Amino acid sequence: MELTVCIERERSTLQVQCTGTTVNDLLKQLQLNPEAVLVVRNQEVLIEKELLHEKDTLEILSVISGG
Amino acid sequence: MGCHRCAEKAVIELQHGAVCKKHFLEHFEERVFWTIRRYRMIGPKDTLCVALSGGKDSLSVLYLTKKYLQKQGLKNEIEALAIDEGISGYREKTLEDAKMFCTEQKIPLKIVSFQEELGKPLDEAYPLITKDTKKKPCNLCGVWRRYLLNKHAREMGFTKVITGHNLDDEAQAIMMNVFKANTDLAGRLGPISGKKEHELFVQRVKPLYFCPEKEVRLYAFLKGFQIDFTECPYSHTGYRHDLQEMLNAFEQKYKGTKQGIINSFLALLPHLKQSQTITKISSCSSCGEAATGEVCNACTMKVMLHA
Repeated sequence: MELTVCIERERSTLQVQCTGTTVNDLLKQLQLNPEAVLVVRNQEVLIEKELLHEKDTLEILSVISGG
Repeated sequence: MGCHRCAEKAVIELQHGAVCKKHFLEHFEERVFWTIRRYRMIGPKDTLCVALSGGKDSLSVLYLTKKYLQKQGLKNEIEALAIDEGISGYREKTLEDAKMFCTEQKIPLKIVSFQEELGKPLDEAYPLITKDTKKKPCNLCGVWRRYLLNKHAREMGFTKVITGHNLDDEAQAIMMNVFKANTDLAGRLGPISGKKEHELFVQRVKPLYFCPEKEVRLYAFLKGFQIDFTECPYSHTGYRHDLQEMLNAFEQKYKGTKQGIINSFLALLPHLKQSQTITKISSCSSCGEAATGEVCNACTMKVMLHA
């Protein structure tokens, strides 16, 4: 499914063809550790098992910040 | 997936089950308040200085310390202290968030800078000091930051410095000391650190000690704290960055790793403290602050700037 993904740490937005169906699948595809990110859709935080939908716009917030 | 307590939509899966926003916020706050009580971090006569960087940890700990005082009906004085290291493109942004937050929370904020206090911002100081040493920017930054926090907190008359160190920070520090065989330094870690009774030291306490970094980030997001994502440009140069990635990889595969590190450490801490080398603290001959030798580390590094 096609997703729009805004990655906070890189200040970039990607169009991603997600091969899976869940948040966990997306993070694996993007090689991101769930320990290090929060995934947000329409200002709501999603857990790893949450199902994604075609044309979702997601923000991936970095947990690690600062020095 | 629903919250295991109320069936509302879950925002995070904790070890005991998935929880919704309401129950996560309650759980997070109650754990911080428990930590403050359990380790007696705030006494009735304590005056509190919150070390504030403007990031998620320090904003959260400032907010929760104030909330704890209100909840307990305590009237302790509380102020915030921020250190401007002079890291271009990073610190200016977080200090703006810090100022705005303190205005909203009606908490006084003092800002001190490396430039004013020590003669140079970190960006200029670091290359001068490392030309003859192998020190990373974090070595210099850490020494000067702790020096200024202690000095100003003491001069302003505070009895406790509150920092936003979280479970991840502590687990990393513990493992760094293990890997480097720094057993003496290890004894200085814990929910409360620093000399308890010494006229030159202000004790430091860490209410977020048992809070994983991911939960702190979630808390700050759900509370709507204005935090512009920033990362110190020097953070990838340090040993800690590699350790952080290693621990996160372990935690992903083996849930509970970081908590296990903390639990083991706390069980060993009394023994580490007992076997610590007793270090005589004297007054630095240059600045009068605490020193283990004739001159303190901060002044030693200042001398290198002008060598």
